Amino acid sequence: MAETKSLIGTQNTKGQTYTDPWKLLHEAPRTPSFFTGSEVIKEAIRRASCDVMIAYPITPQSEAAALIGELFAEGYVGDYFRGESEFAVMSQCAGAAFGGARVFTTTAGPGTMRAMENFPMWAGARLPIQMIVTCRGINSPLSIQPDTLEIAYLLNTGMLVWHAETAQDFFDWILKGYIVSEEPEVHLPLALCCDGFFVTHTKDVVNLTPADMCLPPYDPYRSPVPCMDMECPPVRMMRDPFVMKSNYISYATHASWQQEIWAAVERSRKHSIHWLNGLIDTENTDADIMIVASGTAVSQGREAIRMLEDEGVRCGLVKVKTLRPWPEEEIREATKNAKHIFVPEFNVTGWLAKEIRATIPNHHRVHAGPHVCGGMTMPPEIIVSEIKTALGMKTFSLAGRGS
Amino acid sequence: MSKERIQISEALYDIMPSDYQDLVKSATYGKDDRGWKDIGTSKELIEQHSLCAGCPESMAFRYILASLPNPEDTVMVGSTGCTSLVFPMVAVHNIHSLFGNQNAIASGLKRALSVRFPGRVKDVVVLAGDGATVDIGLDMTLQAWFRQEKFTTICFDNELYANTGGQESGLMQKGFVAKMAPVGKLFDKVRLPEIARESGCHYVVNCTVSKPSLVEKVIRNAVHIAREIGPTYLQLYTPCILEIGKNSMEGLQEMRDSEKPTERFAYKEYISDPAKQLLAELAAKDKERKAAAKQLAAQAQAN
Repeated sequence: MAETKSLIGTQNTKGQTYTDPWKLLHEAPRTPSFFTGSEVIKEAIRRASCDVMIAYPITPQSEAAALIGELFAEGYVGDYFRGESEFAVMSQCAGAAFGGARVFTTTAGPGTMRAMENFPMWAGARLPIQMIVTCRGINSPLSIQPDTLEIAYLLNTGMLVWHAETAQDFFDWILKGYIVSEEPEVHLPLALCCDGFFVTHTKDVVNLTPADMCLPPYDPYRSPVPCMDMECPPVRMMRDPFVMKSNYISYATHASWQQEIWAAVERSRKHSIHWLNGLIDTENTDADIMIVASGTAVSQGREAIRMLEDEGVRCGLVKVKTLRPWPEEEIREATKNAKHIFVPEFNVTGWLAKEIRATIPNHHRVHAGPHVCGGMTMPPEIIVSEIKTALGMKTFSLAGRGS
Repeated sequence: MSKERIQISEALYDIMPSDYQDLVKSATYGKDDRGWKDIGTSKELIEQHSLCAGCPESMAFRYILASLPNPEDTVMVGSTGCTSLVFPMVAVHNIHSLFGNQNAIASGLKRALSVRFPGRVKDVVVLAGDGATVDIGLDMTLQAWFRQEKFTTICFDNELYANTGGQESGLMQKGFVAKMAPVGKLFDKVRLPEIARESGCHYVVNCTVSKPSLVEKVIRNAVHIAREIGPTYLQLYTPCILEIGKNSMEGLQEMRDSEKPTERFAYKEYISDPAKQLLAELAAKDKERKAAAKQLAAQAQAN
């Protein structure tokens, strides 16, 4: 800790000043800039004091991954290379994090699935790697279009999972993500997800912090497990490794290790609340009708609320920012007055609706939908239509044959 | 890591585990001429293991750990298999993460250590079985070599999956009857040493671990070349006596039989030109050092 703090106010080789993270993110002046989501990822990493970034091409994250390469060429990232597959890349990220580096990578859809074996390993090894997931379809036939199904697979890996709505979220959360996931009592990897294309390939006004200010570097000696750099004494751990011993001590060791990972996810809660200003955002929580969503479905929900207002229907909103840690108490509180809860999602199974149903009392209030998938957009009209149908109101036909 | 860093506070000395006290008292960290001859007097980097009695892999582990030129700044990467039963007892930082991803882990690790410790030597050594190296991990084994990653890959070749009970592996001999090869293996032993050479390794050796002095030589060469030039590969025969129907005492003879000139573990070596040059330079320096030491000793005697 002392080592990191003492660097604040000093400069790195690029002339950026290591800045107190709270000041950097809350007090430093912001410049409005018109960027694509991919460019915003680059700008966040420029300020993140990253040691190693490992890249692999897969739509829709290829542009961001290549832009980080430009940062490396400019000297803002310690090392950078293209791995041979997502499975290998996530293992290379693990190797770099075991060696005490601050690590960044990006992936999407089938890449997330190919790399999946690594994620519980990252969490189990307590590696605070940050991975951007620009969600896309994982189904066959092949699809490259937006679809958030892959997030469902990340929820039980022991990683922190956040779901950004906008490019501004992305910019801030990349930097805040490192602060939270590198806390000694957390020290877990973060999957920072967004809806591919909608966020990565569209331009938006994003308020950027000054380019000459950056996060303090990662201090691997604050890790709860030893950094594998032979700078602290090695120990011979045990006569009999626990891997395949069929005895109580072995089971108990594995059980307590897993429990500790999930306890660390829980301990990230207070840090996430502090840095993200709560795990959820809310509007009109006194309304009878609530929309609960994450990612760009939040934006569509907001638009649907405006349209419903025009028709005299009052509707509230919950934006879920963190999926792990899961904002159980917050969602219960925000939906306690709701008679109907709608959960619009960009995937076929409705994993968010299932999580919410498992969280709140009287879960029959949850309407799992509307769902779009396979790259379909979600016009706010279909949210409006879903809500009006459920309320028994007359609604127009969407892309149908007329009614 | 300097040896000072492992010192124990006097006040806490008696409550430290005896393993750790041994490490401080007698580890050969920082010793220029450490090697297999230290085995017996210095066993601090590995003492016990949980392999089968007489397993040649345990011999190989001892020879390798005694021979590493720079254990105080070496990080090892393992994989799933019998080797992962030994690593918890190795007093050099070591990583196990998944099955087959060892060369990917080592690639990231070596780069992180280079970023964090510029100008300092940090060696990375991969040690994994033949299933991990050649079957499930072949992609990452080769890609690390293509990229010229600067670390050593050691494959303990026992020609089968030992830890899961003796199934067919890519390095198994053709015709061998094993689990998952019920009518005998149908294709040849994968020629990884040749593939390693074509894939960009600067030093490749195929041999058994019957001679500790030979293991010491190839380990030192492989680590030095990987540190300065590029990837190196050692394929060491560590027969699984259990699965080939031998007794505990027969491992050494099995290796000797398999290293005869016509056999599959006859000594085979490839050294690239830049690696040859480096080895010549290292040999010249070593000669100089020995001559200086001799002169110093002669002077001392004369005085």
